[in-house]
Amino acid sequence: MKTIYEDLNKRFTMSGYKQQRDDLAFVTVDKDQLVNAITYLKDYHKFTHLAFVTAVDWLEENEFQITYLLHNYELKVDLGLKVRLDRDNPTMDTIHHLWKQARVYQRELHEMFGIDFPGSPGVNDPMILESWEGPPPMRRDFDTKKYSEETYDHRERQHIEPEDHLRKQLYPED
Amino acid sequence: MGITTKILYAFLSLGVVMVWGLTLNGIVRKIFARVQGRIGPPVYQPFIDIKKSNAKRTGITHGIMFYLGPVFRIAGGVGTYMFIPVIFGSEIFSNFSISGDLLLVMYFIFFGQLGMALGAGEGGHPYSAVGVSRGLAQMTAFEVPFALSVISLAIQHGTLNITEIVAAQQGGILSWTLFTNPLAVTAAMISMLGMNMYNPFSIVIAPQEIPMGPPTEYQGSFLGLLATNRGIFAGAKLVLFMNLYFGGATSLPILMWKTFAIYMFSVFIGAAFPRFKTEDSIKFFLKIPTAIGLLALLIAYL
Amino acid sequence: MIDKDKYKDVNPVEEEVKTLESPKNNWYVDEKTLANADLPEEEREWFSDARPQVVPPIRWTPMEKFLNWARAKSLWILAFGTGCGAIELRPLLTARYDISRFGMAPRPTPRQASVFMIGGYVSLKTLKRIVRSYEQMQGPKFVVAVCSCAINGGMYWDSYNTIKRIDNYIPVDVYVTGCMPRPEAVLSGFQKLQQLIMDGKAEGQNLYAEKFDWYKANQKKVIKDWNMPDYNW
Repeated sequence: MKTIYEDLNKRFTMSGYKQQRDDLAFVTVDKDQLVNAITYLKDYHKFTHLAFVTAVDWLEENEFQITYLLHNYELKVDLGLKVRLDRDNPTMDTIHHLWKQARVYQRELHEMFGIDFPGSPGVNDPMILESWEGPPPMRRDFDTKKYSEETYDHRERQHIEPEDHLRKQLYPED
Repeated sequence: MGITTKILYAFLSLGVVMVWGLTLNGIVRKIFARVQGRIGPPVYQPFIDIKKSNAKRTGITHGIMFYLGPVFRIAGGVGTYMFIPVIFGSEIFSNFSISGDLLLVMYFIFFGQLGMALGAGEGGHPYSAVGVSRGLAQMTAFEVPFALSVISLAIQHGTLNITEIVAAQQGGILSWTLFTNPLAVTAAMISMLGMNMYNPFSIVIAPQEIPMGPPTEYQGSFLGLLATNRGIFAGAKLVLFMNLYFGGATSLPILMWKTFAIYMFSVFIGAAFPRFKTEDSIKFFLKIPTAIGLLALLIAYL
Repeated sequence: MIDKDKYKDVNPVEEEVKTLESPKNNWYVDEKTLANADLPEEEREWFSDARPQVVPPIRWTPMEKFLNWARAKSLWILAFGTGCGAIELRPLLTARYDISRFGMAPRPTPRQASVFMIGGYVSLKTLKRIVRSYEQMQGPKFVVAVCSCAINGGMYWDSYNTIKRIDNYIPVDVYVTGCMPRPEAVLSGFQKLQQLIMDGKAEGQNLYAEKFDWYKANQKKVIKDWNMPDYNW
């Protein structure tokens, strides 16, 4: 793992190497170099499997973090690449030309976090949030409880003590 | 016997065979359930289902053929039954048996399926179309050994009249076609498996593939009509097979006993086997049963 | 299990229907016709524009009682597997619980089914399908909602995408509580439904036809991209 990182570090600007297990490590890559780095990893280091693409909302730092997890079938190691985006204008380069399935992840990220991937096919189509009009719901400044209370009808709570209920059922004459 | 009495008697026997066919359906459901270790619905469940279907308060239609589909189907069932002499020597249960009725009956077995194909096609549901195309393909396939077997029988007895075929089989169990022409009976019994559409030939209504098959869009009284026809048609087919191959019946208990036994043959095979693929099912009918039928024809001809 | 009478105070039956006057109502043409206003112009003639009508029970009580008995003894289930409750229907078909002895059977098509079983939470996307399937069912039709999520949102009480109170969108006859309910509970829910049908109390379809505007307003309030006919016959 370390050798792969050193090889990568020669070519791209990287930081924050963190070895979590023997077979799992994370690095942080520059936003502009990410697609090149992934292409390089796929072609030269045989990281042929895209395990997932996910995002984290760092609200306090006003940044999104996208994590790409790649898997190498020969060495049986995973390498995660993190990239930080500006939260006000979240746009990321698409990688659907490397893995076709990436467009599903990108579609989901666009829907849930509002991160745009220009050029990714069908990225604007709704996936599970049909007819959604609110802000992207997985952002941390989205108040899901408030939204739910405003949008959907509630059933009034009916509190029945089990003890009272059973007593009424078993001994109705009391 | 006047024509009015004859029609009355025919409707009486139609009612009897409908009740008996539906009861057989109920028994079949019970047997399937018992094979799977369940208790199963009561034997009279088909009657409740028909009553419930007819008692639906709303209904939809997709056009004229959609109406006529179940009507054609039940006309096919009733027509099949009307030309089969049910009980040998009985005046009430002789129906409209004429010379050459065997040909008419063979035609009517096809008729209902074709009408249903038209009606289900107008429903517009894709599963209906898939089911109909499968049903017609399979029907064409199983009709080959059945027709060969019937022709062999006609040559053997030298007649196309069912009553005469039954008459030729009277006089002891050994004079049944089952023993005088076993090859023809084998081919016909295999093709009956396809006709009854239980496993392994249940590709038409295949519940796990094309949920309901042709009647997907049918509801309410249309479905009630189709379910009624299932009783009539099953009864008519069983009576036909009993007449042709198992010596006919001289009284109602014998008829019930024999049709029950013939039905159970396909039911037990259905409970024990999984389903064929569509193409395998059609290929199956065109191979071994057809060969047996040809052999039976050859032997009868020689 | 909760039946309708017990929760009468929160049941939509008792609430006022005011939607007819509301300006948002875009489907009302007259008492028998719907506008299908959300469909494209060329698609409108493909679909029926008739409103659902109330079909009263037969006046002659013994006959209606007999029909209700037949309906109760031949429940065909359309299972809508939205959530975890859908898993609970499968054990019911097996030898251990065996609902077929009560005359129930699963039906794969809404046209023939008479019981709509909603298994679990209902998200915004599935609500559209639920409304469509429910409206396609014919005749006296009944709804059994399984799991707490269908009753009040359950563990999704603050979710941004889950409908709470399914009875605001379609009429529900029987609720089965639990997260998730065991098959025995679902079975007893179905038996409760049979009892309701035999007593003539399960008139959900007529309720839907009667309060059609109320239900439709509720549905259109949450389903923003309404691209189907106003009533799917």
